[in-house]
Amino acid sequence: MQKKAILIDQKDNVATALCQLEKDDSVQAGIEDYTVNTILLQDIPLGHKFALKDIQRGGAVVKYGETIGLATRQIRQGGHVHIHNVESQKGRGDKQ
Amino acid sequence: MNFLGYRRDNGSAGTRNHVLIFPTVVCASTVAQMISSKAPGTVYAIHPCGCGHVGEDKEQVIRTMVGFTGHPNVAGVLLVGNGCELITPDVIAEELAKVGQRVETISVQDAGGTTKCVEEGKRLAEKLLTEASGINRQSVDISELILGLECGGSDAFSGLTANPAAGIASDLLVAEEGTAIFTETSEMLGAEQILAKRAAGAEVERDIYGIIAAAEAKAKSMGVDIRGSQPAPGNIEGGLTTIEEKSLGCIRKGGSTTIMQVIKYAERPIKKGLVIMDGTALDVMSNIGLIASGAQVIVFTTGRGTPVGTPIAPVIKVSTNSNTYDRMKENIDINAGVIVDGKGTLHSVGQQIFDEVLEVASGKLTKAEILGHREFDIYTLGHVL
Repeated sequence: MQKKAILIDQKDNVATALCQLEKDDSVQAGIEDYTVNTILLQDIPLGHKFALKDIQRGGAVVKYGETIGLATRQIRQGGHVHIHNVESQKGRGDKQ
Repeated sequence: MNFLGYRRDNGSAGTRNHVLIFPTVVCASTVAQMISSKAPGTVYAIHPCGCGHVGEDKEQVIRTMVGFTGHPNVAGVLLVGNGCELITPDVIAEELAKVGQRVETISVQDAGGTTKCVEEGKRLAEKLLTEASGINRQSVDISELILGLECGGSDAFSGLTANPAAGIASDLLVAEEGTAIFTETSEMLGAEQILAKRAAGAEVERDIYGIIAAAEAKAKSMGVDIRGSQPAPGNIEGGLTTIEEKSLGCIRKGGSTTIMQVIKYAERPIKKGLVIMDGTALDVMSNIGLIASGAQVIVFTTGRGTPVGTPIAPVIKVSTNSNTYDRMKENIDINAGVIVDGKGTLHSVGQQIFDEVLEVASGKLTKAEILGHREFDIYTLGHVL
């Protein structure tokens, strides 16, 4: 069966869509015996990420078991996680 | 755990038993190619280097040539020069003598022109072929295996399927006390803290930060800010949000073990385990640098697909998605796209890659070898004078 989403590491709070996903879809993402069920709040395009749990503003967005950026606003479980709500911590010359 | 390899007189172990015809300068490249075509069973490499190099660039070109021609996959090498170049066959042969490599040399000027050089070269190549044919495979401990890891033509699935699966294969090899080398410094930018945390000590940590900062500075000196364009618009459209995310996908092919050492391009590691080679993101140059550093097998992950091989070491291609695999089956050995299709897991594909590495090390031919892919290029550092 085609999987709808992939989870890379158990510490991750986001999963990645493996096909075009629709709002209100119920998506299961897991690794080994660890599985999370999420109801999507928005459409999620192929290759894009959605939150597996609520992420507070300023909280770490975790993929590959590592922080890939910080949330610039609260992200609710099932929400699209991308450049509109995540900021890189690298190369911020404007903050130095 | 063992593989069947070729034990060399100097104690090293190869996964192939090639006789290599190698020009030390571009001027001798056609002659080298002619000699190889007249001595079936030999392989050759051609390149635009060998003269006009200075300083660090000269050192790097020589180091690459010595590492490549003195490689354990090479039973014997015929070095071909013109005669007046900076890097003559004798310059390389002197270094090869120190590592006990079987070497013959010839030059076009001394031989008296193309035709005579090709005839004399053919005779020497046949002598090397006869010697090489008497060497048989024998059991070699897997701890003597050095695996090179490379990715090229990345896509949205690279960091999700093929790279982490290659990383699992790397972890399995390191657990058996083997060595895995990954490279492509500019694709580590943004992941330096993560890599540094895995350093074996303060010196390795400093080296990791050092090579990544230098790659960033080099881009800036060219008037380019990598971070201004990373991730690229196409990456963002594909779902990559930050540079950390992109780099983390790239470094996944290095697995999860401790980083034991940082080496220069084409430098031989002195540590076993996971090693980073400083180098370019260009695929063919990376492959050749990994081989010159001692890699006897390469695992190459690809999103969009690539045909490349190398003259002396097998390259195992792993596709990140099933579309590319179906389209380019004749070039690709393993499809990590099954992870997305629900027909495999990261661990099952990681184990499959590891098993394939052992089989290929023991003699199984890769798709690139069967198709005759022998791409070669050297990563040069400076303008030639």
